[in-house]
Amino acid sequence: MNDRARIFSAINDALTPLQERAALPELDPAQWVCPSRLTEGGSWEDFRRNFEAVNGTFLTSFEALSRLLRDANATEGYADPGLLEELPETFRDGLTLHETIDRGSIDRYAFGITRAHAAIAESGTVILRDLDTPDRLAALAPWIHITLVAKEALFSNVTEAIDDLGEDPNTVWVTGPSKTADVEGILIEGVHGPGIQVCLPI
Amino acid sequence: MSHQQIDQFAHRLDKGVRDSVLGGSAAGTEKRRQVLFGDLPNADSLRALAGRIKQHTLEHLDRYLEAAEERLIDNGAKVHFAWDAASACQQVETLLRERGVRQVTKSKTMVSEEIELNRHLAEKGFDLVETDLGEFIVQLDGDHPSHVVKPIIHKNRSQIAKTFERCGLGDYNDDPETITRRAREYMRRKYLSAEASITGANFVSAESGRLCIVTNEGNSRFGLAGARVHIALVGIEKLVPDDRSLSLMLNLLGRSATGQNLTVYTEFIRGPRQPEAISGPEEMHVIFVNAGRTETLASDCREILRCIRCGACMNVCPVYRQSSGHAYRSVYPGPLGAVLSPLLAGSARFAEFADLPKASSLCGACNEVCPVDIPIPDLLLRLRDRAHREHAPAAFDDAPNLKPWAMLAKSPAAWRMSLRAANMLNIVPLGFLPFGPLGRWTSQRTLPSWRGGRYRQWAAERKKQKNNPS
Repeated sequence: MNDRARIFSAINDALTPLQERAALPELDPAQWVCPSRLTEGGSWEDFRRNFEAVNGTFLTSFEALSRLLRDANATEGYADPGLLEELPETFRDGLTLHETIDRGSIDRYAFGITRAHAAIAESGTVILRDLDTPDRLAALAPWIHITLVAKEALFSNVTEAIDDLGEDPNTVWVTGPSKTADVEGILIEGVHGPGIQVCLPI
Repeated sequence: MSHQQIDQFAHRLDKGVRDSVLGGSAAGTEKRRQVLFGDLPNADSLRALAGRIKQHTLEHLDRYLEAAEERLIDNGAKVHFAWDAASACQQVETLLRERGVRQVTKSKTMVSEEIELNRHLAEKGFDLVETDLGEFIVQLDGDHPSHVVKPIIHKNRSQIAKTFERCGLGDYNDDPETITRRAREYMRRKYLSAEASITGANFVSAESGRLCIVTNEGNSRFGLAGARVHIALVGIEKLVPDDRSLSLMLNLLGRSATGQNLTVYTEFIRGPRQPEAISGPEEMHVIFVNAGRTETLASDCREILRCIRCGACMNVCPVYRQSSGHAYRSVYPGPLGAVLSPLLAGSARFAEFADLPKASSLCGACNEVCPVDIPIPDLLLRLRDRAHREHAPAAFDDAPNLKPWAMLAKSPAAWRMSLRAANMLNIVPLGFLPFGPLGRWTSQRTLPSWRGGRYRQWAAERKKQKNNPS
């Protein structure tokens, strides 16, 4: 008997003596929506508050994004080729933008600009999918990760976003900068992924 | 001195380690509670609901496991099954060897600790690096994690700085930010040179075959962005029926584990990357691991398989806080480990861990914080009972002899007499009385004044009055 057959046989043996098996309870997702996190009706204002609560950087204009990059002395980075048309000329001035990530020199990218599929107001989360962000490294390797997300692509709560997962082989929800508290419980941001997570609705 | 192994371990524990564990486990308990109940005022009913979903899944595991297998295959993944640790290690080794892989990254997976995968692959010449910061430090030290969420809760910054210095990761520097940056620099080279990445999974949806992996550091995501082969080791109990259930579980997991509404990276993986994607594994293998779970499922403690590894029970456990995770001599510490470790050990090795269910005051704090409402105190009692029935020697360490008590309780006359005789407790100082093993308890505490027999006296007088109302 191979391992698969052995496991299924043992599961059967374990469950057969049960006279009654627990039924699947009815699920009402409204029960786990957090009203205190959605005081503005699931709007971008709710997203902003919840995103900033996890140390995300919420911006509303490319001018503000330019200032952030200038202050961080970040002049060279990656931009998703599909987004280049969305970036104003004034923003691109003075920046070196690469359309691919060279795995041999990932430290040269101070920032990465990718498209988010959507955002979740309740949790302050941006959603990245392989379909929209083909190079996963662009959202991980640079210290500053900037996601541009369409203003109409906002889910109110986690369940709505779960219902939208679809067929993409890989979807990741990002809720703030990469962080750890492994060393004596002290919070440090920018462990393996970005230390600064920016969201700019467009 | 107690004869119980866990007490002896706690007694010998270095003060620095005790302080780290006590501080680390107690920290954030109030915050986690505030976040959970502040965000979800009906959190207790949601915990119960999540428990019922997991219980239902376990009691229909045959159906859901088969469904998950079918979905994963449809999605392009390869599915394997491993009966025990040896089989799981061998299958991982074979997958790596057949693909010419030598360098491997691995994100935190408790089932890999169970099967001792790191040791196995190191012996076979593979270069495997743990990418979670805490697990990386554990690996450098040749140590073991002592908490399911905070693996180095037993270490302080000075010890970690010495480890980094010893391993050539820079001069001694115990600043947590410097430690983290050094790990970041070291790890990125590994992510990009590794051909395969090993992960666990927090949940698997039977409906879609979706694996859900959560991390805060982004290490799992980075590992999978760099590698061409993904191997996921998944305990067969990790299933949930559908994606909607994931939404409830995720709402409870982050809040219970770390007081976050969601962990930073919540990854949903259905299968290997699409051909047009630039990064991500071309191959995805899921190995469903049994390693004692079916035996646990057959036991009267199957509820423990609901566990979603948030670590909340150990954070609040007074025994864990005082004794540390390594006192439990197994992969899973705390109240979770006190139940799960003897069960996963299987019938043949149950006796070896039969003392662990006694490592609890049965205060119930573990059950109160459990996001899937596992009745841990009830399970501990069932395992204590089993250990006694099976005459496991460890179960009798320091257990008071209850035979005299049983004799008294069976004889009403002897019982009455003992109640009167016990009035002595009010006269003789406690220190003079031979309490036996209970002496360690009474040496730290006083007893209320003895009032034995009062109820009988009251009941007799009441009966007399009722019969002769004057």
